Amino acid sequence: MSESLEIMIQLLIPLALVLLGLLVGSYLERRHYVSIREREEATRHTPVVNLRKIQHEQPIHKSYLVTGSAVISVDYFKRLLAALRNIFGGRVVAYESLVDRARREAILRMKAKCPAANIIINLKIETSTISKQGRSGERSVGCVEAIAYGTAIHYQPWEQAG
Amino acid sequence: MIITNVENVPGKVIAEHYGLVSGSTVRAKHLGRDFMAGLKNIVGGELKGYTELLAESRAESVERMKTQARALGANAIINIRFSTSSVAQGASELYAYGTAVKLEDSNE
Repeated sequence: MSESLEIMIQLLIPLALVLLGLLVGSYLERRHYVSIREREEATRHTPVVNLRKIQHEQPIHKSYLVTGSAVISVDYFKRLLAALRNIFGGRVVAYESLVDRARREAILRMKAKCPAANIIINLKIETSTISKQGRSGERSVGCVEAIAYGTAIHYQPWEQAG
Repeated sequence: MIITNVENVPGKVIAEHYGLVSGSTVRAKHLGRDFMAGLKNIVGGELKGYTELLAESRAESVERMKTQARALGANAIINIRFSTSSVAQGASELYAYGTAVKLEDSNE
């Protein structure tokens, strides 16, 4: 009797964590995507390009480095999905959205640093992880961090330029 | 000090090159943050503590690079790149490097 109870508990706790990850995780992700789309729409007037030089007619007033970063964590459900995927191989959709969120969030934060800029050029995105899975297989925090950086450019207003 | 990640500073001309300057920091998260991140890891989402850590160490490495450039007599750093790597479990290195230059206003 006590043995079966022990097995039940051992099975139930991971199951509860996975369920929690599925429910709360997907809710958080949906909310995050809504906020990302809203802010992308709001900052559409500032183009971000990864060109080093741009064609421009107005003289440039000033330019400076802007950066933005975000660290996004996986949830237990996604981890389970990815572990299952590891058996058969193929696209890990659960992790694709994770990296996508981190990068878009980083770009948005970078844009938020220079709301008055006309354009951001030479965008570079750096992606890495702070902590990897331990060698001995111990649990560690699975997350991706994205850094976006570029050069913000302000054009000189026409009146001053003339 | 002007910092950009393009090869030139728009609107200015480069008068002198001083060569490569760089700065780096290795940061580890403290236990409290690790614990909170562990909890957040169940449901996913943003790890604010880690984002903060990342931003702090980026600012620190840029600051070190600037100090180096100032010592050389430069007034700008161009073509900056960032690179991150995990040195050990739970510690990450943030490395920033660029070219220190002296700028002058273009006469055009």
